[in-house]
Amino acid sequence: MTLDILAYAAFFLSMALTYAIICLGLNVQWGMTGLFNVGIAAFVAVGAYTSALLTTPPSPDRFGGFDLPIFVGWLGAAITSGLLSWAVGALTIRLRSDYLAIATFGIAVTVQLCMLNLQPITGGAFGIGFIPRPFAGLQENALLFSLANFGVMALVVLALYLGLEHLAKSPWGRVLRAIREDEMAAQALGKRPIRFRLQAFSLGGAIMGLAGAAQAHFIGFIAPDNYMPILTFQVWAMLIVGGSGNNRGAIAGAVLVWGLWALSAAAVSSFVPAEQQARAASLQIVAIGVGLCLMLLWRPRGLFGEVSPLTRLKSLRRAPSKE
Amino acid sequence: MNPQFIMDGLIAGAIIGLGAVGVTLTYSILRFSNFAHGELLSWGAYLALAVAGALGTLSAGLTKPIAPFSFGWALPLAAVIAIGLTGLLALAVDALLFSSFRRRGSAIIIMVMASFGASLALRSLLEFLFTSRPAYFTKALQIAMKLGGGLRATPDQLLMLGVTLVSVVTVHLLMTRTDIGRAMRAVSENPALASIAGIDVRRVIRTTWFLGAALACVAGIMSGLLIQIRPYIGHDLLLPLFAAAILGGIGSVPGAMLAGLIIGLCEALAVQAVGAEWRAAVSFVILIAVLLVRPRGLFGKAS
Repeated sequence: MTLDILAYAAFFLSMALTYAIICLGLNVQWGMTGLFNVGIAAFVAVGAYTSALLTTPPSPDRFGGFDLPIFVGWLGAAITSGLLSWAVGALTIRLRSDYLAIATFGIAVTVQLCMLNLQPITGGAFGIGFIPRPFAGLQENALLFSLANFGVMALVVLALYLGLEHLAKSPWGRVLRAIREDEMAAQALGKRPIRFRLQAFSLGGAIMGLAGAAQAHFIGFIAPDNYMPILTFQVWAMLIVGGSGNNRGAIAGAVLVWGLWALSAAAVSSFVPAEQQARAASLQIVAIGVGLCLMLLWRPRGLFGEVSPLTRLKSLRRAPSKE
Repeated sequence: MNPQFIMDGLIAGAIIGLGAVGVTLTYSILRFSNFAHGELLSWGAYLALAVAGALGTLSAGLTKPIAPFSFGWALPLAAVIAIGLTGLLALAVDALLFSSFRRRGSAIIIMVMASFGASLALRSLLEFLFTSRPAYFTKALQIAMKLGGGLRATPDQLLMLGVTLVSVVTVHLLMTRTDIGRAMRAVSENPALASIAGIDVRRVIRTTWFLGAALACVAGIMSGLLIQIRPYIGHDLLLPLFAAAILGGIGSVPGAMLAGLIIGLCEALAVQAVGAEWRAAVSFVILIAVLLVRPRGLFGKAS
């Protein structure tokens, strides 16, 4: 019994960590750079489908199935999603800030259409199954299998976290922050805001693609239904709750919001009569929407907001004088 | 090729155009792209449905179809009430949400994000209240009339085109010939200067919300009468609305209407030439083309 609970906990946390990866990607775009992406689901989906096509065994009824190693699939996913974000960004970042939001919304609609209608590539509404899962050899032992998968996710999140923290402190990250805080001043110092923004947007998109691939291999099956607009909302709620601009906040927000979501979904399915469940589920979504607005109104920095370098400097200076 | 696509495109375009006029007004006066505008269309349609249902139970005579049309007097009466209610809904959302961001001088993108959250909440609330089962204003069947030139239309569809024409001309006259219209244009040019010149900016903002919501309600009712009412009608129209507002040029009422018609016609053409399953991609292609070739749109001012 305890082993079952442990296996479930590992499964739950692995799922939460795949969201944490998306959240980290969004944090590069929004938290570090201030770029608004309403099409997260599209970039995640593109990553998932790319990796699925690259790694599944050949299939007669659709294109591809190249049977490549999982690692190659993940890399391909990050590259494809990164390129897609680069294309969207190159088109809109030089224009007004909300044109990017509208364009990413359009991408989400279009990718959804492509998933459904490009049947020879994506398998249409039925999606793609039999995606190879890491450590498939361990599948007999449920506990070991979930723990191994959890380990992989934790490693990916840790590597991304350390890499992004390093990046934020690097000259590149400092330029991004400078542009976000005062574009004019950064320009006066000879930095080109558009180029840096585009790089950050592509990097964020690539991370989302990687997350999509990781999720697809973890579940083993993908379909257009997994990438509805609600995914975009969930990830935004995670980042806003956790605190934008802060990588630790992004991870914590993902685990917290995913936990609340899973818990309330379980409550709905056990306490609400079957014929009312669809309605109860829509109330769950109302709660996310209202929660997002309330966080924006009352606590725009989230639970763990970004600590601005200036306040950090002030507190450092103040500390020695207290002694 | 069957010329019927022109009629289908014009009617779809009229709905898109009416919604896009609201988007372009909020965009130019409140200065953010309102992702919750689609939900005003859905709420308008459902409010009209609820009011029409209530009127129908009060007096059965109201549901008897008026001669050539498929609906009774209950619907036009309900439409008038629903327009007011949708306007109040928009004002309430503004008072609860957007006004506090304006007071704080928040970044535009925060307002966009808040509108995104509001759209989610409003849409799912509709799903909760009315479930996601499609609803209909009327179950009556209508026979399309031959108009010559291979075109056919039902009396309902012709009425919709007429209502659209009247609404757009009214809004255009309001914007160009009245004091409040001049005030609205002044605020869209320069809010600070406008308020110094003695224009009541808050009144302008209220009028903008009400006007946008009223047009959205008309568009929502038309969309519901044409096909069916679902909580997602507004969400599915949002991309065409944005594409039309940008193609027409932000701030231009005739531009938004014309662009709506263009997008409607392109969609109808694509349905015949490519297939109905790609319809939703048409506005994305147009949006990308506009952003590449002429980001300020047909009648927009260069920034």
